[in-house]
Amino acid sequence: MFDYNFHWRPVLKSLPDLLEASLVTLQVAVLSMIIGIIIGLFLSVIKIKTRGLPKWFATCWIELARNTPALFQLFFFGFGLGALGIHLTPFFIVLAGLSFNNAGYLAENFRGGFNAVPETQIKAARSLGMNLWQAYTRILIPQVLRIVYYPMTNQFVWAVLMSSLGMLVGFRELSGETQFFASKTYRIFEYFAAAAIIYYVMVKLILFVSKLLAARLFRY
Amino acid sequence: MENQISFFSSFGLNDVFFMAEAAYRTLLISMISISIGTVIGGIFGWMLFEGRILATILLGPILDVFRSVPLIIQLVLFYNFAPIVGFDLDAFESGLVILTLYTAALVANVVRGGIASVGEPMRRAARSLGMNYWQDLRYVVFPIGVRAIFPSWVGVALGVLKDSALVSVLGYVELLRASQILMTRTQEPLLIIAVAGAFYFALSYPISRFSAGFERKWSQ
Repeated sequence: MFDYNFHWRPVLKSLPDLLEASLVTLQVAVLSMIIGIIIGLFLSVIKIKTRGLPKWFATCWIELARNTPALFQLFFFGFGLGALGIHLTPFFIVLAGLSFNNAGYLAENFRGGFNAVPETQIKAARSLGMNLWQAYTRILIPQVLRIVYYPMTNQFVWAVLMSSLGMLVGFRELSGETQFFASKTYRIFEYFAAAAIIYYVMVKLILFVSKLLAARLFRY
Repeated sequence: MENQISFFSSFGLNDVFFMAEAAYRTLLISMISISIGTVIGGIFGWMLFEGRILATILLGPILDVFRSVPLIIQLVLFYNFAPIVGFDLDAFESGLVILTLYTAALVANVVRGGIASVGEPMRRAARSLGMNYWQDLRYVVFPIGVRAIFPSWVGVALGVLKDSALVSVLGYVELLRASQILMTRTQEPLLIIAVAGAFYFALSYPISRFSAGFERKWSQ
């Protein structure tokens, strides 16, 4: 039926390398997620609470992140900053691109979360003697993070999938590694099939772990 | 000195037209795949909702694969798989196939949620008024469901519009590929990236504004 001989042996041989590269993928996704959550929180607070230039800045960031392709954002951090004389390594290009994107998307989710928590809670916290920083970090933000837990999980899966774009800027995460081996052996289909399976398993594992975590975190 | 021949020519008006044409190709491939994908996704979503066991066993996991494997891997995989089974597809056609299936997988999930959101009592009421199953689907579920899923559907459509940038990997000259070509020629990456970003923003932002306005009108 097929006029093609499948060769799976090279794939098996480089499977350890691929698995190791998938750890790099996870690493960059987790880091970008942490940075994205922190910046996203700031952006959404700025967008809700301030006027004028800061609000304009936050709005610009959010709309740019949401209305341009992730690949475009990676190109900006790769080629665009390169033109300004700032040369990032592939790892930092991917990290910066993903963090920028995550921050924009998460800020919009957080905004919904902040709106869902009643304004009076801040006043109550302030009247208990907390300062504004304490009121935010101890009262408001934990509740917001809880409300946006599932959107955040989705964003994390999305970050893992998007890190595959690292392939195009020369970053050796799972896709980059796959392409490296594929062009070395010309077994393009086999290698990319293996990568697809690894990604699928990775995403399923993440969703499973997030469900377990949710059961543990949201007992009350 | 005046006759010095430059290796690189600068960014001119012609190049803006070149990029506009590439933006048209981006729009073309995403419009076609969104429209076909929405129809297929609607049917799949209905099957997921109605077909109890068979659909959850067969269709669910297949659609899941499209959502948990990076699009770039799907594209490369399909582009290399099609010739194996005897289809000689070029970059545009394979990109179209994968983007359509990707849209369908995303839309199927949205549609299933939309049908579920109509609610059993409403449908029983429709049936007890003497409507048959298809009339119920056409005159009750469809109008209510469409309103419920419209925002998420726009989200999917915008996502596909942006993700169509990845078809450039196969060599289809869409907006991002065109800007890459120009970057190589003119060596002015920052300017070109800004123009490409502006094009994407101009394609995507009005749609998201329009849909937000629509949503507000419907929710009143």
